[in-house]
Amino acid sequence: MTELWEGFTKAIELIVSLDPEVMQIAGRSLAIAATSCIIATLIAIPLGSVIQFNSFRGKRLLVNIIQTLYSVPTVVIGLFVFAFLSRAGPLGSLGFLFTPAAIVIGQVLLVLPIMMGLTISALRGVDVTLTDTAISLGANRFQTAFLVIREARFAMLGAVTMGFGRAISEVGISLMVGGNISGVTRTLTTAISLETSKGYIELSLALGMILLFIALVVNIILNRLQQR
Amino acid sequence: MSNNEPIIQTTDLGQRRNGRDVLRNINLRIERGKVFALIGPTGSGKTTLLRLLDLIDSPSQGKVYFNGTDVTESGKQRLETRRRMAFVLQKPVVFNANVYDNIAYGLKWRGMNRDDIRNRLDDVLKMVDLTDFHKRNARMLSGGEMQRVAIARAIATEPEVLLLDEPTANLDPVSTTRIEELITDIIQRYQTTIVMATHDMSQGQRLADRVGMLLTGEIVQTGGWHEALNSPRNREMARFVGIENIIDGVVLSSEDNVVTISTDDSIIEAISDCAAGEPVHACIRSEEVTLALSRLSTSARNTFSGEITRIITTGPVARVEIDCGFRLVALVTKRSAEEMALEKGRQVFASFKATAVHVIKRD
Repeated sequence: MTELWEGFTKAIELIVSLDPEVMQIAGRSLAIAATSCIIATLIAIPLGSVIQFNSFRGKRLLVNIIQTLYSVPTVVIGLFVFAFLSRAGPLGSLGFLFTPAAIVIGQVLLVLPIMMGLTISALRGVDVTLTDTAISLGANRFQTAFLVIREARFAMLGAVTMGFGRAISEVGISLMVGGNISGVTRTLTTAISLETSKGYIELSLALGMILLFIALVVNIILNRLQQR
Repeated sequence: MSNNEPIIQTTDLGQRRNGRDVLRNINLRIERGKVFALIGPTGSGKTTLLRLLDLIDSPSQGKVYFNGTDVTESGKQRLETRRRMAFVLQKPVVFNANVYDNIAYGLKWRGMNRDDIRNRLDDVLKMVDLTDFHKRNARMLSGGEMQRVAIARAIATEPEVLLLDEPTANLDPVSTTRIEELITDIIQRYQTTIVMATHDMSQGQRLADRVGMLLTGEIVQTGGWHEALNSPRNREMARFVGIENIIDGVVLSSEDNVVTISTDDSIIEAISDCAAGEPVHACIRSEEVTLALSRLSTSARNTFSGEITRIITTGPVARVEIDCGFRLVALVTKRSAEEMALEKGRQVFASFKATAVHVIKRD
């Protein structure tokens, strides 16, 4: 218990003193997760909207598949991306393996189904009478779709936050395709995993606290936006 | 274009849903500048019909004409036509935006510029008495206020046809009066053609020139109010327009349009062109039945003695049920009920004129 307490105080020290290594890792994690999240948002919202606003054969099956992919293990995506980006793989020539770009690709694949599924749910949750009202007021298809997206904006913000949370907290992809290279691809989660195995509890705790802190800030911002 | 041409016309319009006909053979003519009420009980297809008229849904069969042009099929034409109409849905929904933006939506979608929108909305906000509310989020308003936003949003587009679906359903009496006043204002100010669905007969009478009676998906009758209230076409419609006394019988004889109808053990005289032997319903409005304590010599052709079985007094009116071989309901003023000392078990004479009987042929 004392060891844990000591680790905790040391962790606070590392954070308060803005320890360069800790800050660098936290900054990199944030940058990678944010990039993944932005790219995934730019794909998921239009694609989710197209799926929701159109009727086609197999739509229900497609949505089921998307929802099943919510729970795909990060190591499976890691393996998949590794196979593509490794030197012998089809995209090996890009030289992305063990770079932040590889982690971003993996995280985009990870959060895309979540964001898309939640976008579809958010749009579906908009009262159908609202769509009818828009149509009756003379809105064309695009104007109607835009209105529905606008009405669902807070629920879709939730989708983005979910995606961000999943991206910043994953460890499997970062470890497998990032390689946990110090100063290059080491993120909060891979560092925690490594430092814990080495016995450096205080550093792990500090990093863990930062991870939670980032999650807290993001949630506070989201709540603020939703209460507007 | 002649003024007599209907602004909206439908031919054999029908809608099927889940293998069931929700609407059948709807042939309507809505005249320009008139207020047309669609009356019918809940579930009779009023909303479905309004949605077809506003071109929100496509019909399973039949056609909709707007200003004489068939607008049933073409997508582009449907949007253009829809933009010349406005529909206030039964459940008032507002967009998650302030009152001003809510009302401006229809105009923005038509590509109107900001200044023109502001000019028009100043007027509209005043008309619906929401000027002080224009910055408030519309979701925070009461039901009556939301309905005013919904109506304002519709009239801001200055539609040629305004469709209203149960505009005062779920509103309290004060809000209802306010909405009805607003509709009257719109009628006077814009001479908009209005089609309104309502199950409230008295509201329909207050606001509309003409009426269409919708029953289980079919228009059973169209015309003026007097005809609708006094000459319903079938038993269901008679019930719906509030005729309490519907007595089954068979025409015994017919002479110069005066018929005698035999019920179980009484004879009713009425004016009708039905032939002898035809099974009919004799419909008598309860306010047409007068009561007396002795058999008076009146001009009424039908007088029956009977025993009062029940009296219910509401406000200034007493509703008296009498058993005179058949059940007859009479409406008398509370004062005359008191003067005659009417009470349960008392013998009275009930009379009504032959002209007060509306005869419907039985199926």
